[in-house]
Amino acid sequence: MAKWRTWLPWLLLVAAGLILPAILPPFRLNLLGRFLSLGIVALGIDLIWGFTGMLSLGQGIFFALGGYAVGMHLQLLALPPGELPEFFGLYGVKALPAFWQPFHSPLFTGLCIWVLPALVAGVLGYLVFRNRIKGVYFSILTQAALLVFFNFFNGQQKLINGTNGLKTDTARIFGELVGSDAMQRNLFWLTLVLVVAAWALCRWITRGRFGDALIAIRDDEPRLRFTGYNPTAYKTLVFAIAGAMAGVSGALYTVQSGIVSPQYMAVPFSIEMVIWVAVGGRGTLIGAVLGAVLINYAKSLVSEQLPETWLFIQGGLFLLVVTALPDGLVGWWRQGGPRQIQAMVGWPPLAPTYPGLDLDPAVQAEREALGSIPGGAP
Amino acid sequence: MDLLYDTLFNGLAIGSVLVLAALGLAVVFGLMGVINMAHGELMMLGAYTTFVVQNLFKNGPLQGIFPLYILVAIPLAFLVSGLAGLLLEKTVIRRLYGRPLETLLATWGVSLILQQFVRSVSSAFVIGLLVAVALGLVAPRLLPRPWGQRRWAPVLGVATWVIAGLVGIALASGLGGVRVLDQPWFSARNIDVTAPVWLRGSVDLGAVNMPTARLFIIALTALALVAVHWFLQKSVWGIRIRAVTQNRSMSDCLGIPTETVDALTFLVGSGLAGVAGVAVTLLGSVGPNLGGNYIVDCFMVVVLGGVGKLLGTVVAALGIGVLSYVIGSGSLLLVWPAMPAGLNELITFFATTSMAKVLVFALVVVFLQFRPAGLFPQKGRMVEA
Amino acid sequence: MTVSASTPVLELRQVSVSFDGFLALNDLNLSLAPGELRAVIGPNGAGKTTFLDVITGKVRPTKGDVVFRGRSLLGIAEHRIARLGIGRKFQTPRVYQNLTPRRNLELAVKGSHAPFSLLFGGLDSRQRDRVQQLLAVVGLEAHASQRAGSLSHGQKQWLEIAMLLAQDPYVLLVDEPVAGLSEEETERTGALLRSLAGDHTVLVIEHDMDFIRELDCPVTVLHEGHVLCEGPMDAVQSDPRVIEVYLGVEDSGVEDSGVEADA
Repeated sequence: MAKWRTWLPWLLLVAAGLILPAILPPFRLNLLGRFLSLGIVALGIDLIWGFTGMLSLGQGIFFALGGYAVGMHLQLLALPPGELPEFFGLYGVKALPAFWQPFHSPLFTGLCIWVLPALVAGVLGYLVFRNRIKGVYFSILTQAALLVFFNFFNGQQKLINGTNGLKTDTARIFGELVGSDAMQRNLFWLTLVLVVAAWALCRWITRGRFGDALIAIRDDEPRLRFTGYNPTAYKTLVFAIAGAMAGVSGALYTVQSGIVSPQYMAVPFSIEMVIWVAVGGRGTLIGAVLGAVLINYAKSLVSEQLPETWLFIQGGLFLLVVTALPDGLVGWWRQGGPRQIQAMVGWPPLAPTYPGLDLDPAVQAEREALGSIPGGAP
Repeated sequence: MDLLYDTLFNGLAIGSVLVLAALGLAVVFGLMGVINMAHGELMMLGAYTTFVVQNLFKNGPLQGIFPLYILVAIPLAFLVSGLAGLLLEKTVIRRLYGRPLETLLATWGVSLILQQFVRSVSSAFVIGLLVAVALGLVAPRLLPRPWGQRRWAPVLGVATWVIAGLVGIALASGLGGVRVLDQPWFSARNIDVTAPVWLRGSVDLGAVNMPTARLFIIALTALALVAVHWFLQKSVWGIRIRAVTQNRSMSDCLGIPTETVDALTFLVGSGLAGVAGVAVTLLGSVGPNLGGNYIVDCFMVVVLGGVGKLLGTVVAALGIGVLSYVIGSGSLLLVWPAMPAGLNELITFFATTSMAKVLVFALVVVFLQFRPAGLFPQKGRMVEA
Repeated sequence: MTVSASTPVLELRQVSVSFDGFLALNDLNLSLAPGELRAVIGPNGAGKTTFLDVITGKVRPTKGDVVFRGRSLLGIAEHRIARLGIGRKFQTPRVYQNLTPRRNLELAVKGSHAPFSLLFGGLDSRQRDRVQQLLAVVGLEAHASQRAGSLSHGQKQWLEIAMLLAQDPYVLLVDEPVAGLSEEETERTGALLRSLAGDHTVLVIEHDMDFIRELDCPVTVLHEGHVLCEGPMDAVQSDPRVIEVYLGVEDSGVEDSGVEADA
């Protein structure tokens, strides 16, 4: 009885991974792959916001850094040896800037995708957390940092092609064009695997005592300090992890959308990321992925039909989630939301046993001591 | 030397727009602890109000006093933005007191809605919206009273609003067939406000050429500062506002209507955003995205200045304004042409408006390393509690 | 009353704290002998909480020194002071509401508190036993897997005391442990604190005079940021200065102890 519950989701996941590429047209599959990769950055936000209580409005920085790392590598990969990426010619740059050089190496790029954002996040985070800047001040500072990075990348044509960004789909990996359907299918699978891996990582992080410490930081940081913990170390570490995840997410998103540009660091985009998590349900992990996929899918549908209404819908979602659904869809589901609706419209679900008895902690403890009774507590 | 004064004057003018923009935010954030991400959009409403007032004065009976339209626009913008802020407080923010992060997200949602609103607002749109709201408000009274007691009452409540919304949308799209009604009022394009003649000239002071519009903005800022200072320090309601800021429950016990105080504070803060919007129209064309250009700067001003101190806001805004202008315009190169090559290169690197922002924000973050509470921190033992 | 001859475990030397010119602590001297149980009382605003803030590193004294087992605590971060062996229970119970009592204790239990050891290492059997034992001591075994936020006020107070014990500190600073507890719970708390003294040094801040009397320990009276007097409860209570600060000078009527003023 309990067993199928554990392996059914995995079975469905594998089935989806095998079936979707077969049935979805390449365009839709590519969209799904992109949205799934956004799920990874959302998982990172869930880690720092849902569990640790730090609302970062600057995850776009790390997202774009990962994207630029892979973008630079693919730019170089697409070239015959000795030549420069085309755009450099437009600005009269004759030699490859020094910081481009290491991106010839796929190994370095692979590391850079997640190590660089993690480092940047770690340093930024340390500077902020060290001074005990938290709450909305943290949010404002991350947003300011985002704007700094945006302006920098946007303004530096001679270094990274400024506003135009870097295109990636003309490069070949293992002789296959990055933009080709076959390659995009492989990338979809890679994304799927990495989303699951990211989810597993977050779950491992949050399950044990480390996760408890994060929740303790969220709920009462000074108290934890007086217990002998150094919250700065925890926050820095977890912010760096979220940064690394954002970097991976950005890299995957870049190779699937064919371009990386400073728009990835636009202020609204980073706030949108937060709302994916809020809609899905913060502190639930799976909700973050779900929210990212659902909202982006809705966005692409609406934008195809009625582009001018999307901002209304999105703004409405912000308001709705914050005021009416503070725990998001997954949280609402877990707290028995559907049952409440069911009860309201006329078919109250039957309580399994006498509720007073069921909720009594002594009875619950006893029940646990006896071994779990199937079909009992949720 | 003149160049130096010129630079300082321009920096001051930019800084004073920032003061005006951040002033309302400082009031709302400093006194109520509310993060209003829609503050920039309230500025935008002020700017659009100016535009509307200008158009009203262009033709018709008011044509004779066209040059004075800006003086009418200022109080009107204050009122429009203030009332919009009041509505925001009454409907959304009130539910979220004590949850600053949620407030931040909700007000961001409002800012998106406001942006799109000015883009797509048309007569048909407004009619549809008004009908939907009226229907949603009236419907519960038309339904049989006992239904409100039933256990499915919440579902009914949601359903009435959904139906009202659908009716409104249907009506709006139906009326959209009529050309006159479908015409967007502003559209997504930028709008231009023509400054009255008396603001278009310039005053020469010594060798420094001061555009009148900028002088006007500086004067307006100074006036707003004095008014806010007087209001908070001397007026009865200002004292009540400060009392509520310091101890809400005690104020409640003393008979201060704290809810009214909240609403009033928000109205004043939002109204100031409207006035800032008027000032912004004098600097160039404005569009629906106006808010986004200012909001981050405004928040940096408030954080740098220290929360709850008007003086901090003024100093921080002027500092950021002057510094941004000095760096961004590359004036240092002109003032000191013989500087070493390395430094020269560095300054040239940052000598654009956006790169100047990079440097200034980086400097602010460095500064906060030494003074985390800003320039003028609030002192006392209750701060961290 | 016994005066220990051994070196004090915790000593405040001429500590002053000024908030914008307001002296919250004024030339405060106090020392605790190892294993001592000490009560601190004082009217509102006497500086009791600031005094704990200074010891635990939350507030840096303007003047003076705090010495713990021979080393100065000035300038040391809160978490390091806690690791050195000073535990603090807050005035209103502060437990992690969204974690279970067991997890609350598992966070507090003595051991490495570095991020990586929490991430990669588990609890050893000794630590697990300790958590289980403490749950039993404070009678929360049956509630061990329930959200701590749903515990009653008294249970939260006890959970926080248990968390303090889990840290196994040299010095326990206990701020109003019996506020809001029933008579029976108060009695048990008193017994618990008394039993801790000896192995630990315990400092209790409390308003409840009956409870203090029950603790049967030396009492320090704080007033306007300095020590007014020290001694056994009976002596302290009959001290005219103490009566004055608690009840006011004869003419000026009741000030601090009651709400009679202003009906």
